[in-house]
Amino acid sequence: MILHPPILALTLAALVSAGALVAASAFAVRLLGRWNLASGAQSQIDLEKRTYLVAVALRFAMAVEIAALVLFVFNADRMSAMFVGAMCAVGALNASVYGFPALFAKIALFFGASLWLAADIVDARGRDYPLTRWKYGLLIALAPLALAEAGLTIAYFLDLKADTLTSCCGKLFTSDRPTIASEMAGLDPRMALGMLYGGFGVVLAGAALARRSARARPLYGVVSLAFFAVALAAVVSAISLYVYEHPHHHCPFCLLKREYSYFGFLLYAPLFAGAALGASAGALGLVRTPASLAHAMPAILRRMVVLSALGFAGFVLVATWAIARSGLILTG
Amino acid sequence: MSGWWARQRYLLDYASASLWRRKGRNLVLWAIFAALVFILGSVILFGSAIRREAALVLRDAPDVVAQAMRMGRHDMALASDIAKLKSVRGADRIEGRLWGYLYDTSTDANYTLQTPSAHAPDLALQKGEAIVGEGVARLRKLSEGKHLFLVSPAGRLLKAKVKKVLSPESALVSSDLVLVSAEDFRAFFELAPDQFTDIAMRVRNPSEVGTVSGKGALALPHYRFITRANMARTYEALFSWREGLLLAIATGAILAFAILAFDKASGLSAQERREIGILKAIGWETSDIIRMKLWEAGLISVSAFVAGMTLAYLHVFAMSAPLIETVLKGWSTLYPRFALTPHVDALQVTTLAFLTLLPYIAAVLAPIWRTASADPDRVMR
Amino acid sequence: MIELQGVSKIYRQGRSNEIAAVCDLDLTLQDNRVTVLKGPSGSGKTTVLTIIGCLARPTQGRVLLDGEILSGLPEKFLAEVRRRTFGFAFQRFNLIAGLTAFENIVLPAYPLAPRFDTLKARALELAETFGVAHRLDLNVDDLSGGEMQRVAVARALINDPRVVIADEPTANLDSERAAQFLDIVATLKARGKTVLMTSHDPRIWSANVVDRVVEMADGRIVEAA
Ligand SMILES: Nc1ncnc2c1ncn2[C@@H]1O[C@H](COP(=O)(O)OP(=O)(O)OP(=O)(O)O)[C@@H](O)[C@H]1O
Ligand SMILES: [Mg+2]
Repeated sequence: MILHPPILALTLAALVSAGALVAASAFAVRLLGRWNLASGAQSQIDLEKRTYLVAVALRFAMAVEIAALVLFVFNADRMSAMFVGAMCAVGALNASVYGFPALFAKIALFFGASLWLAADIVDARGRDYPLTRWKYGLLIALAPLALAEAGLTIAYFLDLKADTLTSCCGKLFTSDRPTIASEMAGLDPRMALGMLYGGFGVVLAGAALARRSARARPLYGVVSLAFFAVALAAVVSAISLYVYEHPHHHCPFCLLKREYSYFGFLLYAPLFAGAALGASAGALGLVRTPASLAHAMPAILRRMVVLSALGFAGFVLVATWAIARSGLILTG
Repeated sequence: MSGWWARQRYLLDYASASLWRRKGRNLVLWAIFAALVFILGSVILFGSAIRREAALVLRDAPDVVAQAMRMGRHDMALASDIAKLKSVRGADRIEGRLWGYLYDTSTDANYTLQTPSAHAPDLALQKGEAIVGEGVARLRKLSEGKHLFLVSPAGRLLKAKVKKVLSPESALVSSDLVLVSAEDFRAFFELAPDQFTDIAMRVRNPSEVGTVSGKGALALPHYRFITRANMARTYEALFSWREGLLLAIATGAILAFAILAFDKASGLSAQERREIGILKAIGWETSDIIRMKLWEAGLISVSAFVAGMTLAYLHVFAMSAPLIETVLKGWSTLYPRFALTPHVDALQVTTLAFLTLLPYIAAVLAPIWRTASADPDRVMR
Repeated sequence: MIELQGVSKIYRQGRSNEIAAVCDLDLTLQDNRVTVLKGPSGSGKTTVLTIIGCLARPTQGRVLLDGEILSGLPEKFLAEVRRRTFGFAFQRFNLIAGLTAFENIVLPAYPLAPRFDTLKARALELAETFGVAHRLDLNVDDLSGGEMQRVAVARALINDPRVVIADEPTANLDSERAAQFLDIVATLKARGKTVLMTSHDPRIWSANVVDRVVEMADGRIVEAA
């Protein structure tokens, strides 16, 4: 255990948001058994009142989680100085087996919470709150994820010891063993960029289709997640090389550092937003449109699809700009 | 979107007016919050400034330093011992270092006298030349081309022409530094030509540092081998538990504050409850009230945060943290002359925000909701 | 048109001390009429106002506004209907102390977030109509009882509601002020508003502007004229 202020802060954040989600899902269980909007009984009125608390607590937890995701990566980067062989966040995350799982759990929770938020916004437009059961069912499913996230985060911090020998981005992304990371990095940069631009074409086509046809929306959700993966692969195998102007520096985290003028934020923010919006629109597209949302829901989903495509476009634009202004020329 | 923002502006407007109407009560909470941020902020800013200082010292430190020991005390290293170390495999760039402290009575300050490393060609010096740190230049009113005069404790005089003043950005490590040629150094401190202060080694493969210093210790049993990792650990150990102690106390303070905030937010006056009821009866909705109350909480906490943070900054960097100095005094043995360079980064500010704003908002959320969900028909009674 | 069909309101439902404040009540209010509820204390008059005004949901029965069913709507939508349709004038005025008359008048419009200059113009016009334009910048604590009531009425009208609901509007007023209030009611009616009041005050029941007096007892209507 290394007791640093950011570690204390992240532990607190994990506990608070997991606590909020667990409490909310305990309420969700109660709600699913008794929800009947038509009733004027006091118990129903009390349930309804409590949904306001859940809505505000979950928004709070989500804001905390997004901030914590950023702080987590930053802190890992800062801590890297304490581990032999670590030069950036990758090394610090590798210093414990729980490092990367904790990061992935945070990202998964981000997508889950985005979906919940989207469902909440859509639901509030229907006069009979038609998605309430669906939404609270999802909440119950998210609680274990939140617990896992908090558990992994705390386990990671408890497991850290100064002076651990670890391997950094240089190793991770050029390992002889075929790991996902090294596969991603090993990808030919030109091929990765080809996939990125090709994938973006598919995204645009999918968005155009999903804007018009409700049935194409779940498909667009899948396309969004796939593009998210392709984009991350392109960052690791090609875009990072251009940003660092170094033919072997494959690291998705160093981008976030001040040395590269926090370029990573510009790159990742639209990508994460695009993926979260697209995936949520896709998941909500699976729900049959309730009568009370006949107008509102398709309109919101359409807007989410458009915003998602705009987010992806922002990512592609920023990446292209980084490549264009880079001094590095990859001859392959 | 613009409609959303217009609505928030009205709610914000009401929230600020409402805070102002109860300024006496809110001021207490505000002041406690600001004080909490101030204390925590001081610890965090101070801690990371120290760590930064240590990191800068360590960055330029050699991988392994060998110190001769005699009767348990640091002794001079000998050139013949350096030769013995050269046979150790894995170590390269082995060199004897010359450095020492000088108390200068004329300016009442401690200088670090040192010779430049053979591997830093830009700092290479001829006899009669010197490079001085920014602090020394300031105290002695020196600039390039002027002459520096130093008197040793034994009364020897050193006269050297200033070749360069080190740039202020590295002031942290080099402010009190005076670099002179080896010849001048030995003459000034009356050292024999085969004597060195200690021996520095570089190890190419970081995972072999331990093995190399182990082999070195076999070759020179009367030497103490200190790796950079050792130094880092010493810094870390010395600081971590002090900081940990302060943070543990701070955690208690945060908890106490959260309870206070919870209590304040729950214990609304009858007047305030009535107001909420009126607002709901005349057309506000539960979520409008929640948002308005969140604006209130946001205004209080963010302004207190900024105030506390600013005070902490001044406390640590303008006044060298007199209030927490006693607890952290251990550091003064490492840094007899410490002057922290102002440095704040996003990580510290975010951390502080997590430690103070997050518990506050979390604590008031449920009371705010409870207030907001009061039945509007109450006001009719 | 507002219809109550078989409306009941039970407080503390399911507990030993539960109270049926309103039982199985049917009532229809026509547009642009002035209706007064009267009856002994505790007969459920205020409860009926809160149900019609969307401040509370009935335990049973239906409330319809122009044929649209309101009972069973979640609070969010009830609040929307409330600020669009109803203006309230309370017995104790319920102005917010510490704010000026102007600030009190514009409060109901905040959630609708209109342009501020439109809102201001509207508040001025209402203040002029009710003779409190010269008092707008005063703290409401410094107003006289009659002025407070007129500020409260102006506030009730700021969102241009169709229905004005007033609970015991004259209980705190002397007879001269009560007469003035009846003038205000006449103004409202002339502007096409529907007015619903409760009152113990015989001067109100017998006033000319009042179209209809409904008598209640024990949560039921006993006599509708
Ligand atoms: N929130 C509440 N909880 C419990 N009982 C209530 C509540 N509100 C009203 N009651 C009860 O419901 C009954 C009807 O109350 P209501 O205020 O509607 O009567 P009212 O006709 O307006 O009386 P008054 O003329 O005194 O104003 C009363 O017995 C009252 O005690
Ligand atoms: Mg009453």
